[in-house]
Amino acid sequence: MNRSGRGTTWRRIATGALGIVLLCAAWELYKLLGPADGVVVGGLTILPRTSDLAMPHLWTMAERVLEPVTGASNAVPMWEAVLQASLFTLGISAVGWLVGVSVGLALALLMQRFRLAEQAVLPWVILSQTVPLIAIAPLVRRWGAQIHFGEFTWENWMSVAMIASYLAFFPVSVGALRGLSSPDAAHVDLMRCYSVGWWKTLWRLRLPASVGYLLPALRLAAASAVIGAVVAEVSIGLRGGIGRLIVEYAGAAGGDPGKPWAPIFGSVLVGLVAAGFVGLIGLFLRRFRRGEVPA
Amino acid sequence: MKHSTRWLGTVGALATASALVLTGCSSGGGGGGSDESGDGAGDLTPVTLQLQWVAQAQFAGYYAAVDQGYYEEEGLDVTIEEGGPDIVPQDVLASGDVDFAISWVPKVLGSIEQGANITDVAQIFERSATTQISFKDKNITKPADLAGTNVGSWGYGNEWELFAGMQKEGVKLEDISLVQQAFDMTGFLSGDIDAAQAMTYNEYAQVLETVNPETGELYQPEDLNVIDWNDAGTAMLQDAIWANADKLESDADYAETTVKFIKASIKGWIYAAENPQEAADIVTAAGSTLGQSHQLWMTNEVNKLIWPSTNGVGLIDEAAWASTVDIALNTKNETGATIITADPPETAYSNEYVQKALDELTEEGVDIMGTDYAPVDVTLKEGGN
Repeated sequence: MNRSGRGTTWRRIATGALGIVLLCAAWELYKLLGPADGVVVGGLTILPRTSDLAMPHLWTMAERVLEPVTGASNAVPMWEAVLQASLFTLGISAVGWLVGVSVGLALALLMQRFRLAEQAVLPWVILSQTVPLIAIAPLVRRWGAQIHFGEFTWENWMSVAMIASYLAFFPVSVGALRGLSSPDAAHVDLMRCYSVGWWKTLWRLRLPASVGYLLPALRLAAASAVIGAVVAEVSIGLRGGIGRLIVEYAGAAGGDPGKPWAPIFGSVLVGLVAAGFVGLIGLFLRRFRRGEVPA
Repeated sequence: MKHSTRWLGTVGALATASALVLTGCSSGGGGGGSDESGDGAGDLTPVTLQLQWVAQAQFAGYYAAVDQGYYEEEGLDVTIEEGGPDIVPQDVLASGDVDFAISWVPKVLGSIEQGANITDVAQIFERSATTQISFKDKNITKPADLAGTNVGSWGYGNEWELFAGMQKEGVKLEDISLVQQAFDMTGFLSGDIDAAQAMTYNEYAQVLETVNPETGELYQPEDLNVIDWNDAGTAMLQDAIWANADKLESDADYAETTVKFIKASIKGWIYAAENPQEAADIVTAAGSTLGQSHQLWMTNEVNKLIWPSTNGVGLIDEAAWASTVDIALNTKNETGATIITADPPETAYSNEYVQKALDELTEEGVDIMGTDYAPVDVTLKEGGN
């Protein structure tokens, strides 16, 4: 990497850090200067109260993260518990993301190959996102519980992964379809002149051309998978994940205001790692990135 | 050629990365998923119990029965399935995924009317733990005082004792402003809710674990007024053991298992009454992240709902059942609906199995009334720790 490249990297890191510092400053400033009862417009609270209950000091949250989860002698520090839960949720999100991306890509290929399939499937793909799947997470868990074949039994975490994948597949199928259809007609015609088959056209022309569309779609899918996993964990109370911690720590909001914030930071962390992972994929594919198109 | 090999390399690298992530997860999933199943050895009958919430001392008796081997003594290998915000235990039971479930009677009555064929086989909690609490200066000491105030409720079947109590004293739903209450008590503490719903074993303690900004000390019971629905006469039956009515009818083994399960569960609750600290520790060891003093408080308060028992622990009191059904039939919520529109079927409860369990326990010389029961004094610490 040359000097200017390193310079931009540092600038980007600095900008990112500055963003976090600004956010922290905004939190503490509002807490210091904002109205004690929050901003209420027409009976609707627009901005929260500034009390220690509603908005604990950042250092309260930070201190709490360093303390043990409970007063029990064998209790692990909060950061360790949250980190463990984050890893668990990250794993489930990753499974959901992989399944979602595979299904999304397969659908996109099918729709690109057969015009009829596009007409038949695309409306359903869009319709699929109107099903509040998160709300029926317990149902998914119960359907899953009926599945047994041979040594395989459906575990609850698989239901959560399934919901994550259901949210993740949508941006990928739509983004990949747009990407696969993006090459100029002239290029497609050229392939045809060379009498190149569909598969080879896909490999040489369509897939490379789709990267610019695919990467933002993958990033969106990663974010969706994390959200889907956390919300589904909350819904069915799956032990081990961030969602479960959010449920369990919620009750402490009065007596221990820093506690409920710890798993929230955990889920932010999971989201960052997931986005970073997709960034890594982008690094591998940078040869093909000729300008990204928002999904 | 050069291009395609690089392209292949990328795919390969991605596949490796994915495989790594996948293997990482499968081990995590295995570690977190399995619960309290015992050794699973020998001829033990596998039994699953669905709770209505995550592990906490509200279910101390069942966790104690697992830990102390009471289920195993009866030949049962019990797995406890935790609940969650959207898990409906009676539905899980009715669909045949578990053998027994813990749930509140009023919540299940609605499910039974919609076709869930399940039976209350043991009424573990004799008394209701639901209260409506308010700060002293609000002067809300009886349901009639709720008129004109902001009243909190969790909804989803937790509101009926409150509504019945108001209806009894002539307070209409239009007279109050009903506030949806969250899982925490911040709405109450910050003054958005005048009278908040609180379980004696949980939310009430959450308030007492919070520092009163005026004194710098924790809130004290003297700071609060409590409307107890047991005293107001609109208490409804809460935690009960539910079993599948069809299987009780058709499967003699299941009926026998039911008796054994109730018997061992009662022994678990007796253990919790006699050893509250140990029982609280068992629940914490089972994965609850509640603070220590909060866990002990919950164990102690739950014990008070069971002990001393009026008729023998777990026996369904017919008058209490009738009162619960009556409230379920005649109390209207904000949409004008009632829990049920007709009397529940006869299969909705049965004392047959708990009676057998109690007879066996009495024969073994176990005190099923808990006449000597005395609660312990629990000092709550800040944040429940």
